[in-house]
Amino acid sequence: MNAAKVPSLRILETRGLSKRFGSVQALSGVDLDIHAGSVLALLGDNGAGKSTLVKIVSGVHRPDSGELFLDGSRIDIASPRDASTAGIETVYQDLALCENLNVTQNLFLGRERRSRGSALWRMFLDRRSMEEEAERAFEILGTRIPSLSNPISTLSGGQRQAVAIARAIVWQSRVVMFDEPTAALGVEQTENVHGLIRRLRDQGVGVLLITHNMVDVFALADRALVLRQGHRVAEMDPRRSTPDDVVRAITGSEAAGVRPS
Amino acid sequence: MSQPRPRSEPVVSAAPFKEKLQRISHGELGLIPVLAALLAVGIIFHIASPYFLTPRNLSNLTLQVGVLGVMALGMSLVLFIGEIDLSAGSVSGFCAVALVLLSAQYGLPGVLAIGIAILCGAAIGGIHGKLVTLVGAPSFIVTLTGLLVWQGAQRMLVGNQIGQILIDDPLVISIASTFMPFWLSLTLVLIIVGASLIYCARQLGSNRFSGAADRLGLIARSMLFPVLAILILAVLSNHLGVPVLLLILACVALVLTLITEHTAFGVHIFAVGGNAEAARRAGINVAKLKILLFSSCSAFAAFSGIIAVSRQYAADGNTGGGNLVLDAIAAAVIGGTSLFGGRGRIQGSLLGALVIGTVANGLDLLGHSANVKSIITGLILLGAVSVDMIARKRRIQSGAAGA
Ligand SMILES: Nc1ncnc2c1ncn2[C@@H]1O[C@H](COP(=O)(O)OP(=O)(O)O)[C@@H](O)[C@H]1O
Ligand SMILES: [Mg+2]
Repeated sequence: MNAAKVPSLRILETRGLSKRFGSVQALSGVDLDIHAGSVLALLGDNGAGKSTLVKIVSGVHRPDSGELFLDGSRIDIASPRDASTAGIETVYQDLALCENLNVTQNLFLGRERRSRGSALWRMFLDRRSMEEEAERAFEILGTRIPSLSNPISTLSGGQRQAVAIARAIVWQSRVVMFDEPTAALGVEQTENVHGLIRRLRDQGVGVLLITHNMVDVFALADRALVLRQGHRVAEMDPRRSTPDDVVRAITGSEAAGVRPS
Repeated sequence: MSQPRPRSEPVVSAAPFKEKLQRISHGELGLIPVLAALLAVGIIFHIASPYFLTPRNLSNLTLQVGVLGVMALGMSLVLFIGEIDLSAGSVSGFCAVALVLLSAQYGLPGVLAIGIAILCGAAIGGIHGKLVTLVGAPSFIVTLTGLLVWQGAQRMLVGNQIGQILIDDPLVISIASTFMPFWLSLTLVLIIVGASLIYCARQLGSNRFSGAADRLGLIARSMLFPVLAILILAVLSNHLGVPVLLLILACVALVLTLITEHTAFGVHIFAVGGNAEAARRAGINVAKLKILLFSSCSAFAAFSGIIAVSRQYAADGNTGGGNLVLDAIAAAVIGGTSLFGGRGRIQGSLLGALVIGTVANGLDLLGHSANVKSIITGLILLGAVSVDMIARKRRIQSGAAGA
């Protein structure tokens, strides 16, 4: 499924999100739409408010004002748990993995499956079903993991990325937000992460991709949205723009090809 | 990732035996060091004293290890989340004195006095946990304060009574001085053997254990506890029988093992110990979990105080004092628990307590002083920490090598 051809389906919308930290207005009235099977790049200079936006949607911060809509109806996201219940997953730059836990434990952290049966049995974990689900997720991602019962500390950087992304598949997340996924990666690893994100998108997931990296934008994004000092200043189609257009929108100089929003 | 992406072959689940070897080579040593240490001290004392392996002495050893064992199990819980509880000895002593006073001075029945003492411990631990999570003070400082405060409170409870306060409640006394009749011990051993055989047979039936080495490893592992149980029964029934205290210790260890290794809560404990921020983002209530574990640790400390009272028929201002709390921390670390959090096993802490108890018992037999015990225990701890540091380096290297 490619969002460029198929008319896209809105999953998540934000309307007028604002957030202030002391004297800093981190976000001012930001609207955005995330569509199924499509990648939306969120761009902006350091301090533009990108991470703040992701943290509001993932339940880490509460907005001062503004609303969130899932499938057209208003939702309240007060905690990370609310976000995951709503099918919104975040892949943080630091990946937020527990290195001492194994792959399966990390995938199911906070939402473990329990054995079926009497009340006593239900206290215990259903390891087998979690492992099967984990294997399925890595199959979809096309990633090779040496063993699901090895701790994360034994995995390479690329494998860790895959584990963080596989969470979204296990949870059948409808929206996955990436905060600078390629910032610390080399060329080959970046290529790998692009592959993983495309596979997520092909599953019909709506992807929000925060990045500084023009390569990410032009390789992946169906649309790009630019924030400057907390304001949404432009929305563009990477297929009809040049990297120069995008950079100009980020830095604030007027440019052709930019559709002010 | 250095290799090209092989899209056709996703997860390769290595055989359990191969996985295990790989994990050991990556520095995941598990119970190997503590089992080796236990075997070593056992052999050394057997050579040094013909009396060491007699039923009478081994029976004594199991009773001696009760107080330390229970405290070490509770201590493991806070160590797993990367915290520490230096107050466990004081809390143990405070609750022991409270128990004796409630029973001897206020005439409360044993069950009630024991219940109050344990609740008292749980409440104290809850306060420590609240201070750690709300104020954000390091647990080292909070529980060091606790050590001083509860020790003072314990001595105030004792007041100006000279010597020990005696207790004669039959229930309290019976905890450490009752031995199970042979038929009961035999039944329990048969249950353990039966359960292990069923477990082994079911696992052998699954396709995970197809290789010969895997099957042998599985059989060896599932036979460990039955063999141990039969040995204990065979040896101890030559003296007074299997002490009830040993059964209590085994049950506590079993329940804590099930919780820490087979429930979601157990995974959350290690998640908080490994990366508290990641645990929080996964929706785990980190503060609540920490408070609960501090509370449990102190409740177990109180329980160890009750066992101490049961062994001595009394308590005083020094109950729970001395090296006890440091020995409990040492027991957990010798058993493979990391002081950095996120790593360790309940069985390891129990075995670690057994190592320290064996060293104390053996040196007693050989007529050495408490000072020698202290030095030897310290050296074993140093050895355990060194093994852990080397293994940690290997883990970091193997992680980096894969990157
Ligand atoms: N928790 C916070 N407390 C105070 N100020 C914050 C906090 N988080 C972000 N800010 C401020 O809000 C602004 C936007 O930050 P952020 O969303 O992290 O930007 P970006 O991710 O686009 O670089 C910055 O000026 C930053 O200093
Ligand atoms: Mg940021």
